[in-house]
Amino acid sequence: MKPTPIHGATLVALCIAVPGIAEAHGFAGKRFFPATLATDDPFVADELSLPTVSFQKFSGNGDEPGGRETDLSIDVAKRITENFGIEIGATYKRIRPDGGDTQNGFDNIAAGFKYKFYQNDAHEAIVSAGVDWDIGGTGARRVGAESFSTITPTVFFGKGLGDLPSSMKFLRPLAITGLVGYGIPTRSSTTTTGAEGDIEIERNPHTLEWGFSIQYSLPYLQSFVQDVGLKAPFNRMIPVVEFAMSTALDRGASGTTGTVNPGIIWAGQDIQWAVEAVIPVNHRSGNSVGVLAQLHFFLDDLFPQTLGRPLIR
Amino acid sequence: MTLRMLRRWLLLSIAAVACVAAAPAMAHAFLDHALPAVGSTVHEAPRSVRLWFTEQIEPAFSRVSVLDASGKAVDAGDSHVDPSDASILAASLPVLAPGTYRVKWRVVSVDTHVSEGDYTFDIKP
Repeated sequence: MKPTPIHGATLVALCIAVPGIAEAHGFAGKRFFPATLATDDPFVADELSLPTVSFQKFSGNGDEPGGRETDLSIDVAKRITENFGIEIGATYKRIRPDGGDTQNGFDNIAAGFKYKFYQNDAHEAIVSAGVDWDIGGTGARRVGAESFSTITPTVFFGKGLGDLPSSMKFLRPLAITGLVGYGIPTRSSTTTTGAEGDIEIERNPHTLEWGFSIQYSLPYLQSFVQDVGLKAPFNRMIPVVEFAMSTALDRGASGTTGTVNPGIIWAGQDIQWAVEAVIPVNHRSGNSVGVLAQLHFFLDDLFPQTLGRPLIR
Repeated sequence: MTLRMLRRWLLLSIAAVACVAAAPAMAHAFLDHALPAVGSTVHEAPRSVRLWFTEQIEPAFSRVSVLDASGKAVDAGDSHVDPSDASILAASLPVLAPGTYRVKWRVVSVDTHVSEGDYTFDIKP
């Protein structure tokens, strides 16, 4: 029996009629975009990152001693509708200054929302917008949590290269995701009084928060381009390089700080894990290589009928 | 407080992993492998196309078709899930002439997640 338009229409009708056919996290057409670590990805999803662990040494600066910092984070994202979701995250910091006392405590809570307003499955493209709110005063001052909030409207994008011509088929597994945001501190300056009564005024500039990731999906290569015989665990690996940057724009500040993070993401059926090196892009960003690692859960796959579905369908 | 907090984080992480381990194993169906293989060249016309997925799929909503270079469907139209293994989707093929063929599939895993994709294979004498 040959397929006919009627069969196709029947299939489509059945798919529409079935309650709960689920849209997928991180998919644009056949492209799966993994959750990236240092730069937020453009998808609205039900997901949990627990834990994200980072370790980095930092150098001294003037009177400030160098030391080591270890961060443990949890981030949760929840869809309210299919295309609109909220996110919240917390980070516990452990800072060990050279020759000083170890400081522990939570950084400010981060909350936000994101709306996906464009998706093109044929071209593996997605664009979304959101706002991140670093809630001032919710963290511990001793680990550097700011007393003021920073609100960052951000545009996110993702594009897979699966629409390249067949002459370039081995570039089809490539994808790029990225973001551009404008950081708005709620206070233009912060005044602190030292132990000896000296007053220090620190200006808080607006910032351009920007970054992107370049990914080469081995699962895409295996499933849609060429079966090159990769076996587990390599057939689920996605080599990635992330660039996470911040550029000060005004109030006497200038320059860009950030890191380049080459690493590996392994994306399974319902979890992914990832490890990246954290390489400062310049002296102001640090002078030693750190490590960033994450265990990530796809709640829509784990709990498709409960936690993993939009609250409003 | 510090070590206690760290322990709490670790316990929270372990609890999350335990919850995940206890959850039913359902997820998107990814294409694991296929015959003819993705991007392969074969020298004898295959009489069927078979796709192995990483999850069991719903027979009513899962389909594969094979298209020639002009986009015309050339499979026998009997796309079906293997009755003995619900992770295999197959369709019969007539004797195909040498050329490039595209395999298009769209499946719904048993937990209702939709996956789709396509790949090509060549038949050369």
